[in-house]
Amino acid sequence: MWAEYLEFWQDRYPDLLAATWEHLSISFASIALGILVAVPVGIYLAGNRSKWLHSAVFGVANLFQTIPSLALLAILIPLLGIGAKPAIFALFLYSLLPILRNTYAGFQSVDPSVLEAARGMGLSQTQRLLQIQFPLAFPYIMSGVRLTTVYIISWTTLAALIGAGGLGQLIVSGIGVNKTELIVSASLCAIVLALLADRLLGAVEKFFSRRARTAKTDASLLANG
Amino acid sequence: MIRFVGVNKTYDDGHQVLKDLNLEIKEGEITVLIGPSGCGKTTTMKLINRLIQPTSGQIQIDGQEIASLDPVELRRRIGYVIQNIGLFPHMNIARNVGVVPRMLKWDKTKIAQKVNELLSMVGLEPRMFANRYPSELSGGQQQRVGVIRALAADPSIILMDEPFSALDPISREQLQDELIRLQTELKKTIVFVTHDMDEAIKLADTIVLMNGGQIVQSGSPDQILRHPANDFVKSFIGKKRMSANRSMEEMPTASDVMVQSPAIALPTRGLAEAIKMMESRRVDSLLIVDKGNRLLGSVSIYQVIDHYGDEGKTVADIMSPPTHTVRKNTPLSAALNLMSEHQLSNVPVVRDDHQFIGLITRGSVVRHLAEVYSREDEGEQAYVG
Repeated sequence: MWAEYLEFWQDRYPDLLAATWEHLSISFASIALGILVAVPVGIYLAGNRSKWLHSAVFGVANLFQTIPSLALLAILIPLLGIGAKPAIFALFLYSLLPILRNTYAGFQSVDPSVLEAARGMGLSQTQRLLQIQFPLAFPYIMSGVRLTTVYIISWTTLAALIGAGGLGQLIVSGIGVNKTELIVSASLCAIVLALLADRLLGAVEKFFSRRARTAKTDASLLANG
Repeated sequence: MIRFVGVNKTYDDGHQVLKDLNLEIKEGEITVLIGPSGCGKTTTMKLINRLIQPTSGQIQIDGQEIASLDPVELRRRIGYVIQNIGLFPHMNIARNVGVVPRMLKWDKTKIAQKVNELLSMVGLEPRMFANRYPSELSGGQQQRVGVIRALAADPSIILMDEPFSALDPISREQLQDELIRLQTELKKTIVFVTHDMDEAIKLADTIVLMNGGQIVQSGSPDQILRHPANDFVKSFIGKKRMSANRSMEEMPTASDVMVQSPAIALPTRGLAEAIKMMESRRVDSLLIVDKGNRLLGSVSIYQVIDHYGDEGKTVADIMSPPTHTVRKNTPLSAALNLMSEHQLSNVPVVRDDHQFIGLITRGSVVRHLAEVYSREDEGEQAYVG
């Protein structure tokens, strides 16, 4: 059996690689769009006190989340046609809620007394946002992004159904020609991709919030130096 | 100087927190705003750095109307310390302290120098603390950083909003002492909000007592303690503190000075026993009390020796009844007068029902005075050091 897989990989690795690359681009594009939209909206909501706006925004984001993915892809065909574009759009909609929620939670988590001190010391609104609120909310935002990344990479396989390509395409073909090696290999690629992405983002998160958390070792090293 | 002229503040819900407030805060002094919660003291303070805008009226700093100034610029010129400290958790101590100087675009080396100087000033060794993060410091250390952060850009005015009330009593005392020490060097105009009268008395040059959005009384702590303007002020100061203040100015009482366990004997003791007791306690007289602890009289060593040959006698037979006694709350001055007038070597302290409590002797008076004066000496040394 191993021999069969080895032979298959030797034979098809350019296809696998191309599909993985395509998969990654679709996922990345949707998450990037999601971050671009959800983070500013989350920040805005956290600084805004109107109740109805909160429920409206979270309601819509929730709604997107509940539409079955297959159905959403199907609905988008008449609107955006087939291919990568509607797939990216659908996955973007799914990425909104977790990033939005975490951004909002992150900004809410900032100690009000820290903000009061900042305001009283003469930090302007922009300075408070960039120097205080954003750095403190960053771990929350990153954990939202990580969560989203893992499941968007897995859901991107479905995008093959509307002709977006990616690893899903190989799986669908595998089902069609009843070739287990194809299905398993493509799935493995998607899994590895998701795990690697999660690891990478985790490292990014650690790097940026390292100082606040593991400050002790950091400080003692500096003090000795 | 900060001047409030006819300031009113009404919140959107119609609640009026300040009613026609007129106040002058003197330069280089600690002015403590105090009152029950909701009295408007914090609102008054936050008007100064425009965290709150007045509904009407004027606030001037050195004659300049602050409504005409940019609030952000204004706040950078005024130090601000809050109750919950509010250090930035993602910045190390050095960066926290340097926040305002950085915003004012100070030179990097100048900022570092200032930070080190300030840390040393509050006893935080810069090499140890500059690179630490706020969460690694104790509450007292954090608020020290909070205070020096407010001092960093050398503002002439510092606002402190109940800065020590969240700390444990020991740290609170220490920080109060440090603030007093810093103030003797720095001479800032400090506006300090608290609800703790002890703190106000300790720190204030001027106390402004507020209630219901108005100033009830303002003056030095001593003036307010001596001449409370009305019942509200009296109740706010508290009875205990007023009487404590009075007793500080007066002589100590008999109970402060007396020996609590002098040599006593029951009336049934024989004379040989009496001599033995005097010898072991190294005294020349015994006080005779009955089993109910009521004072019956006293015997001196001379009386005992005079009657020593008569074996049947007890101390009750030879004792002399107490000629003079004092009460527990008799002022020491009165007791001393009594002793010198009647040439007494001691005077017993008793309750109204003649229960014996203690004895004032010449030795106990000297000991008490020695204690008082040595305590004052220590106080002075601590002050100088």
